Amino acid sequence: MKDIIIIGSGIVGSSIARELSRYSVSVTVLEKGNDVSVGTTKANSGIVHGGFDAKSGSNKAKFNIAGNAMFDKLSEELQFPFIRNGSLVLCFDENQAEALESLYEKGIGNGVEGLEIISGEKVRELEPNISEKVHSALFAKTGGIVSPYEMNIAYAENAYNNGVEFQFLKEVIEIEKNEEIFSVKCSDGSVLQSKIVINCAGVFSDEINNLVCEEKLHIIPRKGDYILLDKVHGDLCTHTLFQLPTKMGKGVLVTPTTHGNILLGPTAVDVDSKISLSTKRNELDSIYESAQNTVPSISKRMIITAFSGIRAHSIGDDFVVGESKVKAFYNLAGIESPGLTSAPALAVHIANEISTKYELNKNEKFVATREAIPHFAVMDNAKRLECIAKNPLYGNIVCRCEMITEGEIVDSIKRPLGAKDLDGIKRRTRAGMGRCQAGFCTSRVMEILSRELEISMLEVTKSGVNSEMLLGRTK
Amino acid sequence: MEFKNLVIIGGGPAGLAAAKSAYDSGERDILILERESELGGILNQCIHNGFGLHTFKEELTGPEYAQRYIDEINDRKIEYKLNTTVIDVSRDKIVTYVSSNDGLVEINAKAIIFACGCRERPRGAINIAGMRGAGVYSAGTAQKLVNIDGYMPGKEVVILGSGDIGLIMARRMTFEGAKVKAVIELMPFSAGLNRNIVQCLNDFDIPLHFSHTIVEVVGKDRVESVLVAKVDEKLNPIMETAFSIPCDTILLSVGLLPENELAKNASVELSNITGGAIVDDSMMTNVDGVFQCGNVLHVHDLVDFVSAESEVAGQCAVNYINGKARSAEKIEILTTNGVRYCVPEIILKDNEFKPLALKVRVANVFKKVKLQVLLDDNILISKNRAVVAPGEMENIALTSEQVQKLKTANKIEIKLVSEVL
Ligand SMILES: Cc1cc2nc3c(=O)[nH]c(=O)nc-3n(C[C@H](O)[C@H](O)[C@H](O)COP(=O)(O)OP(=O)(O)OC[C@H]3O[C@@H](n4cnc5c(N)ncnc54)[C@H](O)[C@@H]3O)c2cc1C
Ligand SMILES: Cc1cc2nc3c(=O)[nH]c(=O)nc-3n(C[C@H](O)[C@H](O)[C@H](O)COP(=O)(O)OP(=O)(O)OC[C@H]3O[C@@H](n4cnc5c(N)ncnc54)[C@H](O)[C@@H]3O)c2cc1C
Repeated sequence: MKDIIIIGSGIVGSSIARELSRYSVSVTVLEKGNDVSVGTTKANSGIVHGGFDAKSGSNKAKFNIAGNAMFDKLSEELQFPFIRNGSLVLCFDENQAEALESLYEKGIGNGVEGLEIISGEKVRELEPNISEKVHSALFAKTGGIVSPYEMNIAYAENAYNNGVEFQFLKEVIEIEKNEEIFSVKCSDGSVLQSKIVINCAGVFSDEINNLVCEEKLHIIPRKGDYILLDKVHGDLCTHTLFQLPTKMGKGVLVTPTTHGNILLGPTAVDVDSKISLSTKRNELDSIYESAQNTVPSISKRMIITAFSGIRAHSIGDDFVVGESKVKAFYNLAGIESPGLTSAPALAVHIANEISTKYELNKNEKFVATREAIPHFAVMDNAKRLECIAKNPLYGNIVCRCEMITEGEIVDSIKRPLGAKDLDGIKRRTRAGMGRCQAGFCTSRVMEILSRELEISMLEVTKSGVNSEMLLGRTK
Repeated sequence: MEFKNLVIIGGGPAGLAAAKSAYDSGERDILILERESELGGILNQCIHNGFGLHTFKEELTGPEYAQRYIDEINDRKIEYKLNTTVIDVSRDKIVTYVSSNDGLVEINAKAIIFACGCRERPRGAINIAGMRGAGVYSAGTAQKLVNIDGYMPGKEVVILGSGDIGLIMARRMTFEGAKVKAVIELMPFSAGLNRNIVQCLNDFDIPLHFSHTIVEVVGKDRVESVLVAKVDEKLNPIMETAFSIPCDTILLSVGLLPENELAKNASVELSNITGGAIVDDSMMTNVDGVFQCGNVLHVHDLVDFVSAESEVAGQCAVNYINGKARSAEKIEILTTNGVRYCVPEIILKDNEFKPLALKVRVANVFKKVKLQVLLDDNILISKNRAVVAPGEMENIALTSEQVQKLKTANKIEIKLVSEVL
């Protein structure tokens, strides 16, 4: 029996796992996917929000502010890409200046530091490609950008290295509580027991809650589509550019990513399915049009890919955080935006609560740091030479667009909680994320996967079960 | 830092022909850098016939054609490195490459020939909505998997785009027992060679839908179907016309883009139209001593023309290394009236003789036209054509006499004229 079962290995489950690994408790993470970061955490805006937007006094506001402040130290400890690039909320109309002012006031009320309203001229100084129509903007210096899946993977690897167990392809379908013991049943028939259960199931957190609690939750899946632009246009902007919401709608954001692409989006559409990540043509067109209001020179020729993510929007419009009415059953439900920003603070909060309540001892062997895969593309030549000398596989470039070497790909497979499929390699190394979108490296990466995992080429998948890349041999 | 007279990036047909001709022009200090484990470039996966009709007057497969040039390289003992990727070329001609064997090496070259081919356009560039399951391949990747590795990427296939690789893969997949359900082409005409449409589609009753596109991909883990719709004149899909085709695989054959990231870093000026460098008739770019040839310069449909163009590049690179003076005077070729581009774009007004062919693509399908080259508004060449199409490059080879005339003209124009007029 385990002390604690965490359901879900998105950013919320993985960061809680890591914070709990500071204590001597046995923790198992059950994940229905075949890898970490396969839910909402893999597809979102990747913004570390300033916190000016969240409703005053809400959990969202509280954990956003606290989470944001943790990123500098965390990104160093866990070596994931994070840049405090600052955000601008753009006001396009003099008549909207008041709304901008009240956003500023709200931010001050929430305790956001370094907020400032700046003029259109000042905005254009900061961002030369921005629309002439921008009248003024709210400048939040604490805003940042993060690579969400790399952050998720970093947290999970660190948790694993500190003793947390991860089990994949474990979809939780039933939970029973008998005399202080939870029996958690998975779709493969296995049953695991624990004293504490923490529900971090993202868009499915209502269903997990409803297996146990009288008090039902209801999550509305709300889809957001995105467009990604080629790196060669990475200098279109340096800050994260929001539009001040108007009667016409919320508008999309234009932001650089930590790897130098430009991201446009998201849309917001309530959908029936919690799993169908299907982009829609009309939505993609609307993103493109809205983004042009911010940066007029954006053109369709710059696009390299589109994707979508699903928000876990809760009816109550706030994060549901903490122990439920069922003792020792914890919920982290409805963690929609700013969930990524808040995750570090949510994790510390939950770990503190549990360690205090159960009087947990410190894990003396806890190591706070984790080493990232060395990325050849960003090294200087001296470092590259050294790296190839140590591991000749670093001399074989597999993904041309992003300059990813065989060394990195093998590392991503071999390291703790390593990649098992093409998407896993992509999220860990960026192989296939560039301009040609894996047009060239797919077959090479498949060969490497097959070799390193000792599986047949026919067993290589894109993203786990039912996504085999090949359907047979030639005649 | 190492030193070399001539560094050739890419060991495909372009690089090999350039190396051979550089050697035959007297240069001995040549190095070919190739990132794959074999010479031959894209030809290695083109196991169908149809190569070499012009160069060797016989029909060879891709690998056979490549082998002829590889033999020439070996006969001359020209140095090459495999599994070696060039990662940077600087404006002052320092080539940086990496490999497992050599680590990271910088070479200071007197002349550089870019012969690094092109890559296929991805799905994102054409903005198809839908899910992101397995089963969406570029036609070139599918070609490699089938022809080299012996695997079937799928069984029920829809091909988007009627580029040559897509057409050839339609036939190949059919031979291997797959069902190719349709080829979907956005334009009202094909991007590929007519002979490929006849031999690869018509002979197998594979439907080709012109003025259609895929508007959505369905299938969470693996492709299950595609939604196809007709497009209007502005190429916007008409959603009312949408119909579904069940399939497990989509092959994209939506065009090729010259691979020019390295050239860009070396400040080579690129053409918005071809995606390759802007070159003069010696195949030299705006950067002194930096040359381009083959698919990196502009996408070719026939390898024979790649070889011919690359031999010019090889020869001229040697002239450059030997310090042969070049004329500073040059004249730009104008392309008008339905002619989309001509390579080279620029003619040098010097007297150095080299073979010259004008490679021209038209912007649309035109019937019953004359393709004309005019010097100072006088007709130099006029070719009658029953049809011209963007998918078929026109190769206008010039005699030495015609080249001399070209070099003394003050205005060079290439255009289409309707025969009826
Ligand atoms: C369009 C969009 C934009 C966003 N932008 C931002 C932003 O810019 N900044 C920000 O801070 N936040 C943003 N967010 C919010 C942020 O992405 C989420 O709050 C965060 O990723 C949620 O993480 P999670 O771990 O709760 O969920 P997930 O990442 O979805 O993880 C849940 C995991 O649980 C697993 N699971 C589900 N059911 C079961 C089961 N029955 N058994 C076992 N495992 C199960 C899933 O497979 C999944 O791996 C955005 C969200 C969206 C959708
Ligand atoms: C599917 C298909 C069918 C075709 N059918 C026919 C046909 O029937 N008949 C015909 O005549 N022609 C045909 N062609 C056209 C012809 O084969 C091509 O135009 C020709 O191969 C182009 O030659 P290239 O040397 O420019 O490019 P490639 O053959 O692509 O060679 C470029 C080489 O450069 C290497 N390289 C690139 N970047 C680097 C770097 N940074 N460092 C080191 N090396 C690098 C690449 O690995 C590659 O080997 C076909 C082409 C294709 C793709």
